[in-house]
Amino acid sequence: MRKVTLVQISIVAALVLVLELLCDTGVIDKITMPPPHRIVVDFAKLMVSGKLWPEIGKSMGNVLIAFVIAYVLGIAAGTTLHGYKAVRDTLDPLFATYYAIPVFAFYPLFIVMFGLGDGPQVLIGILLGVVAVIVTILNGLDRVPPVLRKTARIARLTPLATALRVTLPFCAPYLLGAAKLALAYAFIGVIGSEFIMAKNGMGYEIGYAYTNFDNATMYPLILLILLFSIVMNGLLTHWEKVLLERRGIQ
Amino acid sequence: MTGEMHRWRNAAVLVVGLCLLWQTAYWIVGDVALRSPWQTLRFTAKLVQTDLFREHVTNTLYAFAIALVIAIGLGLAIGFALGLHRLAAEAAEPMLVALYSIPKITLYPILLLAFGLGMSAKVAFGAIHGIIPVALFTLGAVRGIKPILVKTGRVLKLDSREMVRSILFPAAVPEIFTGVRVGFSLTLIGTVLGEMFAAQHGLGYLLMNAISLYNIDVIMSVTFLLVVFAAGVNAVLLAVDRRLHFR
Repeated sequence: MRKVTLVQISIVAALVLVLELLCDTGVIDKITMPPPHRIVVDFAKLMVSGKLWPEIGKSMGNVLIAFVIAYVLGIAAGTTLHGYKAVRDTLDPLFATYYAIPVFAFYPLFIVMFGLGDGPQVLIGILLGVVAVIVTILNGLDRVPPVLRKTARIARLTPLATALRVTLPFCAPYLLGAAKLALAYAFIGVIGSEFIMAKNGMGYEIGYAYTNFDNATMYPLILLILLFSIVMNGLLTHWEKVLLERRGIQ
Repeated sequence: MTGEMHRWRNAAVLVVGLCLLWQTAYWIVGDVALRSPWQTLRFTAKLVQTDLFREHVTNTLYAFAIALVIAIGLGLAIGFALGLHRLAAEAAEPMLVALYSIPKITLYPILLLAFGLGMSAKVAFGAIHGIIPVALFTLGAVRGIKPILVKTGRVLKLDSREMVRSILFPAAVPEIFTGVRVGFSLTLIGTVLGEMFAAQHGLGYLLMNAISLYNIDVIMSVTFLLVVFAAGVNAVLLAVDRRLHFR
């Protein structure tokens, strides 16, 4: 385990070092990419100056809203759907093809329908995430041993109580996996939409900095988004692993 | 064969259901922002015949094809190279998963700066969407190969190229194909997204142009065509996928 971590750290370090050398020697020119140490300095400056905090707050807020709605909606829909086999079978082809559909293609439509604001961005985030949550939850519920359901029936639990106290807790690792997907998709949806067309937000600021050759703003913002999504993904993956190990599943 | 019939019936019910939903949405929202399924179909039929549209489609398909070849080629290479080495696989897999989860759209300005506005940036953007899933599935497939097959190859004294060609690849094909299927969708999404942000040609550009001109007919038709193309190809790939796994 430790050896693997060591290898990972050295890979990242080597990549950064190569980039640094390429930038310093001028193989990658300054307009394309400032050297990594420069990006870190700009990053610190940008954070201290606080001038983009409102944009960051706005985007993160929308990501959070999209995540919560997609997650709760997905779990509710998945749990309900699990009880109706015919409906589930009918929706199965939709689930199988859903992620082949470029959801971003609907963004223009949503702008026309709801106006250029937070609504369409959050909606894209929800649409991207909710199906992944549903599929993951269904997958988890399929693995609940029949004896647990029988016990719930003997205890005369209502369907809601069965879901909340028996089947969903059993699916805890799947719930975490679903959270990971919903968060990643909320991020992609919100930042991506801001990027394509918006009035403010991190994605918009990156696009704006790009058109103005403002690398001192663009690269730190990209770095912030990358760091945030990688750290969140890492934390949830770790938690998932702990849960699985506690149950003796590798 | 009943399973097959079942699948057809489900798909038919689904398509009819989605069309009803679409029509209902049109009744509620109205002409301001939507077109009905029938209107969209009629406009699409007209749009498809124009030369300008054909030019955009050809441009998108061309970029997409190159991006897909790169994504599959590099993905397979990365997957095999890492999958054959235990430590490398263990170290790389979580890193690939983390890369998979980042919003790659934020990297687009960097690609534009590196490749310049035009075809190569679009292709690169499409390819980075597809490489990781193909690599991840290939890696998983190679690691999941039964050790006895590899041992047999070693007993036969195969060199590493023969090993990949006659043992590893055939054994890993079903899983790899799933990766290619996912990679196909993501590369298409990546290519179109790239066109939406900065391009002068292609379907993504057409979409963005239609928004600024508030041309709902074009928005609906292009969206419709993209969805039908993506869903159609995916359905075919899914059928092949099922057959491969069944074997």
